[in-house]
This record gives sequence, C-alpha cells and structure tokens, in this order.
Amino acid sequence: MNRFFAFVKKEFLHIFRDYRTMIILFGMPIAQLLIFGFVISNEIRDAHIAILDHSKDEHTQKITEKLVSSGYFILSDELKNENEIDACFRAGNAKLALVFEPGFGRLLEKTGKANLQIIADASDPNSAEMLSNYTQAIISAYIKDLNMAGYGNKIIRAETRMQFNPGLKGVFMFVPGTMALILMLISAMMTSITIAREKETGTMEVLLISPLRPIQIILGKVAPYLLLSFINAIVILALGFFVFGLPIRGSLILLLAESMLFILMALSLGILISTVAKSQQVAMFISMFALLLPTMLLSGFIFPIENMPVILQYLSAIMPPRWFIVIIKNIMLKGTGFLFVWKETLILTLMAIAFVVVSVKKFKLRLE
Amino acid sequence: MKIAQIHNLSKSYSDTQALKNISLEVEQGELFGLIGPDGAGKTTLFRILVSLLLPDKGEVFLLGKDVKKDFKELRQHIGYMPGRFSLYEDLTVEENLYFYATVFGTTIQENYHLIKDIYQQIEMFKTRRAGKLSGGMKQKLALCCALIHNPEVIVLDEPTTGVDAVSRKEFWDMLKSLKKQGITVLVSTPYMDEASMCDRVALIQKGELLSVAPPAQIESEFEGDLFEIKADNLHSLKNKLNEKYGEHSAHLFGQSIHFSNPNQEISEQELSDLIEQEGFHPSSIKKIKAGIEDCFMHLMTAKKGIE
Repeated sequence: MNRFFAFVKKEFLHIFRDYRTMIILFGMPIAQLLIFGFVISNEIRDAHIAILDHSKDEHTQKITEKLVSSGYFILSDELKNENEIDACFRAGNAKLALVFEPGFGRLLEKTGKANLQIIADASDPNSAEMLSNYTQAIISAYIKDLNMAGYGNKIIRAETRMQFNPGLKGVFMFVPGTMALILMLISAMMTSITIAREKETGTMEVLLISPLRPIQIILGKVAPYLLLSFINAIVILALGFFVFGLPIRGSLILLLAESMLFILMALSLGILISTVAKSQQVAMFISMFALLLPTMLLSGFIFPIENMPVILQYLSAIMPPRWFIVIIKNIMLKGTGFLFVWKETLILTLMAIAFVVVSVKKFKLRLE
Repeated sequence: MKIAQIHNLSKSYSDTQALKNISLEVEQGELFGLIGPDGAGKTTLFRILVSLLLPDKGEVFLLGKDVKKDFKELRQHIGYMPGRFSLYEDLTVEENLYFYATVFGTTIQENYHLIKDIYQQIEMFKTRRAGKLSGGMKQKLALCCALIHNPEVIVLDEPTTGVDAVSRKEFWDMLKSLKKQGITVLVSTPYMDEASMCDRVALIQKGELLSVAPPAQIESEFEGDLFEIKADNLHSLKNKLNEKYGEHSAHLFGQSIHFSNPNQEISEQELSDLIEQEGFHPSSIKKIKAGIEDCFMHLMTAKKGIE
C-alpha cells in the first residue's frame, strides 16, 4: 500500500509542478463555461419584443412601460392581431411577443384575475427561456407592487408558449453538455498523456522493472485526477448554479455520485488510450479526435439525438457523454431520483469496468 | 555461481537483426563491460537481460531466473539504469530517491549504507529538481535510485555517455566500490578506453560478440605489430595505407594513425621509408602496444574477412 501512496504522491507533484496541466485542469472549464454564459447574458440585453395589446388600458400600458424600462427589452412592434406574431418572428423583428387579453385591466380590477400570453421564438431555446423568465419576473414584480399598494389579491396568469420548438429541447443543455465535455476531455486526456509521458521519458522502463503491479500503476495514475476532476465537476456545477441560475432540483448527492462515476469512466478510457499511444502527442491526438468531436456532435449536446440518422443514433449509444447528459438533465432539471436514471448509470458503470479490464489486460509488462 | 547465462540468443526488430546468436556468461561479483559502438545491440541485450524485452530465440537467465517466465520475481532483485536519464525531472533529488525506495518496498534509511558514498556527493542538491542537475550528477542520482533496494546485480546501460571526463572517472570508481560490496555490475559503454576498468569485457559489433575476455588478455592477443604514425595529411595517408595493405590496416586515432599489417613483419625504419616513398613526411613512427580499440578494429576486420 505504501508503494501505491508513494506513486499517488508523485503524481500529485507532477500535476502541481506543471503549470500547463494546472491551466488545463482548472482554467479551461471555467473559461469555457463563462464564455457560454457571456454569450447568453449578452443576448438578454436589448432583446426586441412585440406587444399585442387587445385591451389598451392603464395596466397594460404600465406593464409595457416596465418591460421597456427594465433595460432588457426594446419594443420593436405594436401588433394588431395574432397573425402578425408569426410574421414578426419570421422576419426576426422580435424574439418575444406579449399578448394581453381583451379587457385585461377591467378583469384584473373586477375579478382580480387577468390573463396574458408570452410567446417566445424558441428556435433559439436558451434565449427563449431566458426572455420568458425575465418577462414573467417583471410581470410578477408588477403584481406584487399592485398588491402591496392595497389593491387586494390580484393575479395575472401568464401563459407561456414556445413557438417553433414547443418542447424547448436544448434548454440548459449547455451546462450539462459542457460539463460532460469538459470532464470527458480533461479526465481522458490528462491520464492518457501522463502515462504516455512515462513512456516517452523512459521512466516507464524503471517502473516496469519495479515491483509495482499494473493495476497499481493504473490506479495510481487515476487517483489524483479523480480527485481533481471531481473538484472540477463541483466548480462547474457551482458556476451553473450561481452564475447561470441552473436549478438543481434533484438530489445533490446523487448528482455528485453520478459525476464521480462519469469521471471514473473517462479516466479509465484515458488509461485505455495510453496503452495504445506511444507518445504524449499521439495520446493528445487520440483524445481530441476520438473524444472531443464525437462528444460534441453525437452526444446530443449540440444536435438532438432524435433527429440523427439511425446509424448515428446507434453510434451515439456508445458515446458515454450521451448517457451522462441524460442523467444530469434528469437530476438537475427534472429533479428525478435514481430510479429514473438507473439504466444510464448501469451503462456508464459497465463502460468503466470494461475500460479498466481491457487496460489492465493491454498494459504491457515489457517494452516493444 | 553464474549471475547471467545467455545461450544462443537472437533478437530481430522488424527490419534489422539486433542480436545474432549470442552466448555469454557473467560470474558473480564481476564488473563486466559490454563494449561496442552505437547500434551494436548493447541496449537490446541489456533489455532482454532485465526482462524488458523478449528474446526471439535462445535462453536467458539472470540470477538463475528465466527472463521469459520468472520475470516478476527477477525484477525484485535487480537494479537497472536505462540509457536515457529516466528519473522524474520535475521531482527533486530527494523525492526521486524516496519514490524509488518506496516503490521497491524499502526505505532510504534501510539501505543508506549502499548509496552513502555516492549520495553524499549530491546531497547538497537534494532539494533541487532532478532536471536541473548536471549530466554527471544525474547519473549519480540514477545510480542511487537503482541501488536503493539492495539488488544482487545492477545493469547499467551506457551510464557514462554524455558525461564529462572527470565524472566518468568518478563513476567508474563508484562501480568498482560497488563490486567490492559484492554487487555484480554489468555495464555497457561505447568508450573503448573504459574497457580497462572492467574485470572482463565483451566486445560487440552489429549484434555479434567479437570477443569475451579480460581486457588485458584481449590486448595481448593482438596479432602482429602495431605502429603509431604521426604526420601531416593524416587522412590521405590513411587512405593510401589502406589501399596498399588492405582495408582496415590503418585507422585514424585522433592526431595519429594506428597501422598494423599482420601479413608481413616490418620494422619502424622500413615503414618510414615506405611512407616517404609515397610522398608523405611522418614526424614520428613508433611501435606501440595495442589497446582495446585496436583489438576491436582488428577483430571487426577479421570477422568481415570470414564473412
């Protein structure tokens, strides 16, 4: 056991002394997430909206004013009928339309209830969701003010409709997707490079002569990165939660456990790559090409799996991130428990075991 | 007891035959040198010996253990220093030593007596990263790391290559003192002049052994007389002599030519006259005792003749 810990300690020293490794480990994920976030927060400034006001009363005027003065929206069109909404979206004049029902103000004052409709152009699902959330927030703030001012308990029922993409697929995809991508890349790339480096510098010769067993060498390589990648996962989740308001509806413990499993799987994949790669460069190349592109394209991160040709759908089934994305989306967004993700968890577990077994088998006890 | 036994060993890589039917034995307690130029097969032979490579043909035993079958057990008892500096350059001297000691299941304290003399020379740099050490220091550290688990035999692949003359001398002194402590030392080197440091040497060229014997014996077995010729135009003189007396009769040795002609006895004066006739003006010609390098060239030529 002493041997193993000495090995792990050595790995940590390698990591902490190589600033490039540190940058990739911790700089890359944060940068990537923030770039995504920056793009999105930019879009929410000065978003063009259209208003279809069937009522034209004091309340609808005030709500419109509030929206426009919030800084998030610019009123680009005042529409006359429902048909114009679609045309307005298609022309790209507005991203969101607000429809007040006829007699909105009157109903609100008499019955305490009024309806409005938020229609968003969901061809860009992320910003559609954002915009409608902002709109709703502003409307509920208005109602709150109203109620505070002693108008009694008034309710505005906002019905949200997502035009073009009603299922709103891809919403909040970027955090689960980036998380899968980053963990996959970092874990697999880092471990494969570190083993390839031992081969390249010749230290592997001495390690082979030593009484260290292959499983000890492999686990010794994995252990430090398991810990660091796990910290990474927490950083990503925290960024998603605090910066982008991504909810974590399900169990945090389960989420972390699943992340751990995914990291373990990616690390064992990295080890597998390193048993094939002779140099650090080859290891990096394989990791990039075999992992980065498929993860982006086939995991459902960017393109919905349902829309893929059948062959690619089968291919995507062997992409570990695909299953992980399903798991985190379920836990974070839908708040489901383990019972709903056990299948995906099982798949990831089997993959991890398979990778470790093959790596240990393929690990060469001699030089070539 | 025989420390290493090699019988009819052959090894090929995809396009070249690295070792051709080699047989060799090393006695316990010997300082044994494997001497030959780059590409002669030294590294391949040592890697097979320490079980890092599999032989194509033949039997290889180290410490009585078959390198094909009993390699796991064997690896516990040998020290190996590869040709390239293969310590962790981003770890300090001390961390490297600690790592290898622990990985081999021992502690620095337990076997400190083995490395004390060597380690003391680099101890003042113990917090320095190994990558920042000089060539000689690196080799000393690598030797410490290879010795720390008290191996019965230590195999060193070209430990003095790329090391300055003073450090080389120191290194050989260290190897001799290891031998005194009862450790069998197998060392390879491309430097012929280092042969005299060994108890016995094997001369290797193009995967074949030319000779295995104590260095003095190899030198004494040199056939014919050997002359050292100093002159201007060394290069063209060498070519002339080779042309006249057969290829490989003359070799450049730094600022002089070593000439031998086993087919014909000749005196210094006769040789001088002959050279004058060719239009060269030798500044000195004298009979010398053959060194290992002369023997190597000689044996190499003889081998070529047989082929």
